[in-house]
Amino acid sequence: MTGAILNATVEHLLLVVTALAAALALGAPAAVLLTRRTRLRRASLAAVNVLQTVPSLALFGFLLPVPLIGGIGKRTAIVALVLYALLPILRNMTVGILGVDPAVRESAVAMGMTDRQILWKVELPLAFPTILAGIRVATVATIGTATIAAAIGGGGLGTFVFRGISMADPSTILAGAIPAAMMAVAADEVLGWVERRFSW
Amino acid sequence: MAKLIEFQDVWCEYAGRPVLRGIELTVNQGETLVLLGRSGSGKTTLLRTANRLIEPSRGAVRFEGSLVRALDVHALRRRIGYVIQEGGLFPHFTVEENIGLVPTLEGWPAHEIRARVEELLEAMRLPPAQYIDRYPRSLSGGERQRVGIARALAANPPLLLLDEPFAALDPLTRFALQRLFLDLRHSFRTTAIFVTHDVREALMVASRIALLRDGQLDLVSDPAGFAAAGSEEARRFLETVSP
Repeated sequence: MTGAILNATVEHLLLVVTALAAALALGAPAAVLLTRRTRLRRASLAAVNVLQTVPSLALFGFLLPVPLIGGIGKRTAIVALVLYALLPILRNMTVGILGVDPAVRESAVAMGMTDRQILWKVELPLAFPTILAGIRVATVATIGTATIAAAIGGGGLGTFVFRGISMADPSTILAGAIPAAMMAVAADEVLGWVERRFSW
Repeated sequence: MAKLIEFQDVWCEYAGRPVLRGIELTVNQGETLVLLGRSGSGKTTLLRTANRLIEPSRGAVRFEGSLVRALDVHALRRRIGYVIQEGGLFPHFTVEENIGLVPTLEGWPAHEIRARVEELLEAMRLPPAQYIDRYPRSLSGGERQRVGIARALAANPPLLLLDEPFAALDPLTRFALQRLFLDLRHSFRTTAIFVTHDVREALMVASRIALLRDGQLDLVSDPAGFAAAGSEEARRFLETVSP
């Protein structure tokens, strides 16, 4: 049993890390683009907001019949998790960059910094605590949502939860729920600590 | 005297409304030209056409004889120091990194940047040992403005633009910084365009005053001739200091 829990925990962690990495890879460049395009920003954030309101179990279900990304298994689970993680990452990064003091941005421009220098040396460092807060929310939410991924064959700690429900066996449910909760609390603490270290 | 910057028939519009209407003005090497005027008179807009933060809708701005719109905008801005009201210091940079910003962008070697930062801090009467590693949040308003001026002077720019640099300070700190600015003028000899709405400050720091009214030049005069020039707007400004 212990070995099975450990395996499921590693599997769960992999699901979460893969989904977050993909959400960051998609979300970060998109967020930078959105800070430069007002109209696109409103439309995109609204769309991602709506996506967030779809119940997770339903979203997993909707994705099943979609060609290429759908079907039973990890791939579908990861796609769904990425869609959920995208909103906090995209929103916080956009808000963080746009929240940089206009006087600071103006003097960066006036001193002859290029757009790229302003982004990397001024906007991203100053937005970092806000960006990290978004990553933190996304991480904790993804760890939770990933338990539901087991419903479509995604594996992870959710397998114990669903098995426990079908067998009406609370201890099996807890075998999945406790490690998942611990993982979420640990991630929250670690990222919270990093966030405090980097606030200006 | 050599011309450093020339505004030639400069017009600017904002939301369809003219903000500057045919400004003709030359700033000579070594002088401090004060742009004086009420809020909305166009003085900040005119200042910002010099380093292309604003592009005129008509007319031309020349810097050292060249049209600014034909110059590389980043290179131009690195040769023009810029100081704004709240300093605009980078909160995540130390005093040294803030002051050394343009020299760093220009690829100066580290020891030269360090030496320049120390020299400027001395000139600003901020002991380097005490200030060099501090972050802006630990400085007072007056100290921040000193660092802001040091940052603007760092790469030896031929021209300095100051947009109401002391307006947010208390009267005593403001007066100390105005006097410091006068001292700096003698030691650095940098040409400056200085925007203010405070006539007392204008009379104190200016070599020449250009008075703007509704986007037009109302008067250009040295401080001694300002009162006698017979401008209605100048008289109103002077009334604010002598009852």
